[in-house]
This record gives sequence, structure tokens and C-alpha cells, in this order.
Amino acid sequence: MSERNNSAWSPSSRELERRKERGRISRRQAIIAAISSVLVLGTLISIAITSPGWAVVRKTFFDVNYGREVLPKVAEGIWINLQLTFIGGACIGVIALALALLRTTKSPALTPFRYLATAYVDIFRGAPLILIILLVGFGVPALGLSGIPSNVIFLGTVAVVLTYSAYVAEVIRSGILSIHPSQRAAARSLGLTSTQTMRYVVLPQAIRRVVPPLLNDFVSLLKDTGLVSILGVTDAVRAAQINASRTFNYTPYVVAAILFLIITIPMTRYTDRAIRQRMSNQNSEGVVL
Amino acid sequence: MSALLELRNIRKSFSTELVLDNLSLEVPEHTATVLIGASGSGKSTLLRCINLLESIDDGEIYLDGQEISDPLVNVDEVRRKLAMVFQSFNLFPHMSVLENIMLAPIKVQGKSKEEARAQGIELLQRFGLSEKFDQYPDRLSGGQQQRVAIIRSLALNPRVLLLDEVTSALDPVLVNEVLSVVRDLKSDGMTMVLATHEMGFATQVADQVCFLQAGNIVERGTPDAVLHNPSHPQTREFLKRLHEAGRL
Repeated sequence: MSERNNSAWSPSSRELERRKERGRISRRQAIIAAISSVLVLGTLISIAITSPGWAVVRKTFFDVNYGREVLPKVAEGIWINLQLTFIGGACIGVIALALALLRTTKSPALTPFRYLATAYVDIFRGAPLILIILLVGFGVPALGLSGIPSNVIFLGTVAVVLTYSAYVAEVIRSGILSIHPSQRAAARSLGLTSTQTMRYVVLPQAIRRVVPPLLNDFVSLLKDTGLVSILGVTDAVRAAQINASRTFNYTPYVVAAILFLIITIPMTRYTDRAIRQRMSNQNSEGVVL
Repeated sequence: MSALLELRNIRKSFSTELVLDNLSLEVPEHTATVLIGASGSGKSTLLRCINLLESIDDGEIYLDGQEISDPLVNVDEVRRKLAMVFQSFNLFPHMSVLENIMLAPIKVQGKSKEEARAQGIELLQRFGLSEKFDQYPDRLSGGQQQRVAIIRSLALNPRVLLLDEVTSALDPVLVNEVLSVVRDLKSDGMTMVLATHEMGFATQVADQVCFLQAGNIVERGTPDAVLHNPSHPQTREFLKRLHEAGRL
């Protein structure tokens, strides 16, 4: 707050000495870190390379030429995973928000929906995703109902959306519940209705608060779209599997894993940064000067 | 003169604890009523009951002759006439100062954005905060936050302003800037009910002072009578303890 002139200041001789000392200490720490890293990593790598099985491992898992050959097919597959993630993610956002709002409402007219939303979340959060994918992907077409598409990509997406909506609804609900009651009291005492209070005061703060955990779920969603491969969708996992079982060389799996990592590692780094920022914001929040 | 706000035999308990015990109070228009008393004597609960944030167990509350403790009244409509300011400010952290002030006029009173904005700017200018209009609450000092909270309540042109220990979270220097706002409102003729521990301030603005003890008004009268010439032994005891703590 105070903006006093800082330009006239020059560090004292003691401060200059301290800076030199700090410089010496951090240089020494950097040298120790470098030596220890080289020692540990060097040992691990040399053990791996000199071990008797290394030649086989490299041929079956890290065959560079074969990896290059299957890369286009696996990359085509991961495009499917990305599409599933973004289209599914949008549907999940809408459904999860509705579920979270239903679970926190006190409106008497919506009482049955509140119970239904709770039952829905209990079921889909508790059952393994792979079971839901099998049930929807194979079970629904077996019903032979007209008007329901039997496209496996569509059914797989539906299954993932059903499950993830329950996860995300719980995250959003926890955000809503984390907003202090005094915020609600302030809004209501200004004459806002409970719906307006939710819409303009509680929800904007709640969503901001849950962005980092939602990004986490988004990364999980991308990985879990790989599960729809069991329905025969030719995504990255399935494409890798087809090639690996043809040659008994497992490099395609490694290629698929690397492709997933290229997308997920930057996303998790970004999430970590968002969480750190959120925490430092929270620490400065509510300070009474 | 009939009272703008009238409480009759209010009773309120939280589970087994009786917080308000057969309490009655009349607040005439354009007057300031100051509630004093130890923590836990029921001051805040009384204000929250008036604002219908808590439901009462028995008794009646009248505003402008209408019984607002009737379960059939529209609480949102009642609260438009009653503004409440809290000890912890409770500004909306995701909105700028001006957005905090404009929210209720737009959403509750249906004013246009331009109209609400003009009114907000005018209020901020009046209370010396106009340069802060686009700041977020956490960039303001406590005193500034509380002044914004008061302005936010005033934007609805309430009939009665309820102030719940609005200076308790502030340091002595900031207390004064908030109290001077309340003094201004008093000279404008705003009807107010305020709970406070600032006895000097109570003497200045109050038309009547009520001393609460165990959920009831033990003594009630002019500030001079209650604070300087208390007749009830419990009032004397309370003031003596305040004096010893250096708060008087």
C-alpha cells in the first residue's frame, strides 16, 4: 500500500557480504545435487543396460523402427480419445452441474429429484466404469430397442459421461458447500431469492474454488476414454493392441502411452500450478489490514 | 408516534439454550436504537431475528404495521425494507466494489444497469470511496470494506438499517471511519438498530440505549440515563467491567 521512494537506497556492506555468502551456499548445493543425480541415475541406467535381459526388453518394448511404423495408426486412435474427451467433457459439465444443484436444493417441489440425483450419484460413483461401459456398450444394443443408435463410439461416450457426471457433480457440490454461510446470509438479507443467491453469489465462488480438482478429473477422463476400446472402438489403446497382437512386439503400447503422456503431463503441470495459485490466493484472503 | 419497528414478547432458543426471553422493543422512525450487553446476551440474535435470518419461537415482529413474523409473508420483500450489515463485512469476493453495490438494485429492484451504476457511484462519492469502485474487496482495508458493505445495504433505500457490531473486527483507527458513516446516516434521519461495544459512540448517536442481559432488555432509556446513570445493578456491573477494561 505505502509507496515510499526506494531509489535512494543502496545495500549496506553487511548486506553485500550476506549476498556473497548466500551465493556461495547455493553454488555448493547445486554441485552436490548434480553429483548425486549423476551417481544415482547413472547407476540405474547402467544396471538396466548391462543386465542380461536388456537386449530382449529393448527389442520388445522400445523397437524404434516398429514404433515409427505404427505411430500414424495409434495417433489416429488418440484423435478418437481426444474427441471423446472434449465432447464427453462438455456433456459431463452440464449434467454434473444439474446434479449438484439438485442435490443442494431445498425447494419442496424438487424433493423427488433431489432423491433421484442422490441415488444416481451413489450408483455411478460406486460402480466400476468398465462395468458401465460393458452394460451400455453391449447391453443396450442387445435390447433391440428402436431409435437407440448402436454406434459403439456413441455408446462408449454415453457410458463414460454417465459415470463422470457423478464424480464431477460431487466435486461441484463440495464447492457449493464450502462457501461460508455468511455469504448466503449477506445475499439473502439484501433481498435476493435463494435461486438468485445461488446463481450470483454462491455458484460463481464455488466453481472458481473447484477448478483445480475439475482439471484433475479432466486428465482422468482422457485416460479413461481408453477403456472404450473394449467395445471395439479403434482408439489409441485398441490401435496399439491390434498391432501388438499381430507381431508379439509390445512397442505399440509404449507408443500409445507416450502419446497419452504428451497430452496429460502438460495438463497435470498446469493443474498443479492452478492449485498452488489458488492456495496462495486463499492465504491472502480475508486479511484485515 | 407509532413505532416503525415493533417487537412483542420475542422468544428464541437454540436447542436447549434460551437466547431471547420475552423481549419487547419499539423503534420509532428516524431514531437510532443502540443495543449493548456482554457477548452472548442476544444482541446479534435479535438483529438476525428482525431480518428473518432466524425464525422466532414465539412473539410478533411488526414493520410499518405489518406482521413480518407471519410465515405467509414474502421474506424477500420484507428484507428489501430491512438492510443488515455484518461484523465480518461479508462482501462478495468475486465482485468489484461497484458490482457488490449494484447486485441487489438490479436483481431485486429491477433497476437498469445504468441506473444502478449511477446510484452506486453517487453513494461511493458521498462516502469518499469513489476511486475504489473497480477494486476487489480483498484489496481494501477492513474499514473500507465495512463502508462498502454499508453502502451496499443503503443502495436498496431500506426503511430500517440493522448494524451488527460493525466495528468489532476493526482496529481503533478504522473504527472511526466506519462510525462517521453511521453518524452521517443518523443525521439523515435513517432509522437504525445497532449492536455495539463502542459506548462513546452509543452516547453520540443513540436516541435510546437498551442493555441486554440473558436475552432480555434489563434497562432501556436515553444514553445519558443508561450509560451515566444506570438504575439497574446489572447495568452498573456491566459498565463497571467495561470501565475496568478501559473500554469506557
